Amino acid sequence: MHSYAPILVLAALSFGFAVFSIGAGALTGPKRFNRAKLDAYECGIEPTPQPVGGGRFPVKYYLTAMLFIVFDIEIVFLYPWAVAFDSLGIFGLVEMVLFILTLLAAYAYVWRRGGLEWD
Amino acid sequence: MTHASAVYASPEVPGFGIDPWWLVVAKAVIIFAFLVVMTLFSIWWERRVVARMQHRIGPNRVGPQGLLQSLADGIKLALKEDIIPKAADKLVFVLAPIISVTPAFLAFAVMPFGPEVTIFGHETHLQLTDLPVAVLYILAVASVGIYGIVLAGWSSGSTYPLLGGLRSSAQMISYEVAMGLSFVGVFLYAGSMSTSQIVEAQTQYWYAILLFPSFVIYVISMVGETNRAPFDLPEAEGELVGGFHTEYSSLKFALFFLAEYVNMVTVSALATTLFLGGWHAPFGLTSIWAGANEGWWPVLWFVIKVLLFIFFFIWLRGTLPRLRYDQFMRLGWKVLIPAAIAWLVMVATVRALNTEYQFDSRQVLLYGGVVLVVLLALTFVWDLVAARRQPAEAPEVEVEFDPMAGGHPVPPMPGQQLPALTAVGAGETSATPEGKDDR
Repeated sequence: MHSYAPILVLAALSFGFAVFSIGAGALTGPKRFNRAKLDAYECGIEPTPQPVGGGRFPVKYYLTAMLFIVFDIEIVFLYPWAVAFDSLGIFGLVEMVLFILTLLAAYAYVWRRGGLEWD
Repeated sequence: MTHASAVYASPEVPGFGIDPWWLVVAKAVIIFAFLVVMTLFSIWWERRVVARMQHRIGPNRVGPQGLLQSLADGIKLALKEDIIPKAADKLVFVLAPIISVTPAFLAFAVMPFGPEVTIFGHETHLQLTDLPVAVLYILAVASVGIYGIVLAGWSSGSTYPLLGGLRSSAQMISYEVAMGLSFVGVFLYAGSMSTSQIVEAQTQYWYAILLFPSFVIYVISMVGETNRAPFDLPEAEGELVGGFHTEYSSLKFALFFLAEYVNMVTVSALATTLFLGGWHAPFGLTSIWAGANEGWWPVLWFVIKVLLFIFFFIWLRGTLPRLRYDQFMRLGWKVLIPAAIAWLVMVATVRALNTEYQFDSRQVLLYGGVVLVVLLALTFVWDLVAARRQPAEAPEVEVEFDPMAGGHPVPPMPGQQLPALTAVGAGETSATPEGKDDR
């Protein structure tokens, strides 16, 4: 696993840099207490009270996340297939077209039901 | 391809993972410094170019031509107060910029800057390391960066950052699908996911030409992926203030800024590696000058190509207005993904037929690519036509115009006539009432 070790070196370097910057930012900047400054920013008006956990947001975001998982897993299957394509030949092509068609049925369903509309 | 089976046999790409430790550290430090310098340079370059496009001068005071402006801004940010809002989740709030900036740097670990060179008697590739799954690794690491953004938005305990963070993550994952699909054609042709082997496979043809639709889809989705104009909806100042980093100040804000620009350099470098021949010299240069692809020169070609992509980003920002969110999501899910899948099936079919029955695949691909790009362009034209037809269907011609509606003067709407200024009293209608709407 020698080829993975250099990644750790770069990770240590960038992580160290980020931690150092945040530590330095706390030391180099001034500290002047002001109650209004610590409030949530809302263009100068009194901030809207927020429920614990950040409040509610449109359910469309959940739908997008789920669709993403479906298609991302499709892509994960496509990658090794693409790399090995030349040794699989026509058989591999037919198999993958069947797989893509199955997913396209789901895609067409989502489209028809308005899952891809955003309003 | 013969080397495809060799990749399965060993978990390492031949020629990598054999550097001595000091060389690994030196390469890591150089890559890190390169990315920081690129960030400082890109910020300055962006401001100068956009200024030129808007008939301004831009920063020109700090250093020659204002080159040190971004460094000065960084130091200024370091001297500002580091505010953690009262409503924030403190631990996650501090962690988010770290989670955002670390993966941004990591993606560059597998980026090939050049071919093999000799450094102090060591034969080594101008690349920190390479993996058989290098491009998959880049995608994985880039996805971790999204956590930084969504956690920053959530932990701020404020409305705008929450919505900005959600928008960012929804946008990034939507365009990641199209991006991932555009890579499949490249892997199919290169027979490998290792970046050095993909560059090697482009010695003759660049994949930007062979797989032109993939290239177009990648370029569109890389702009969406980095949250840059015209897809900078998460940072739409008019709606969301600063988006996910509204509550951040001081060096934490600087880290988010750094992450954004490093990501820009990363996607540009990835585009160069996968589609523009990586470190290979521009077309035709090797026929004039045989040594263009040897020694340290490839680093120059690589950097030039990356800078061209960054200029493209700046150009887009200076030219195009921001999209609406529904238009943006429609482009991603309803245009790019089907186009990418259709193109992928076509490439695979042509390639399989070519290996089985041997006929000229390049021409078929070229024509197919042209057809697909034309279809892609047609969808844009269709959108434009549809948008133009919209106002014609519902012309808001209201003949009646009350210049003193509600007791104060109001300007006429398009299609309305300003009446002659005779006896116009408060609330009085001067036009004839026959044009009353019948709805």
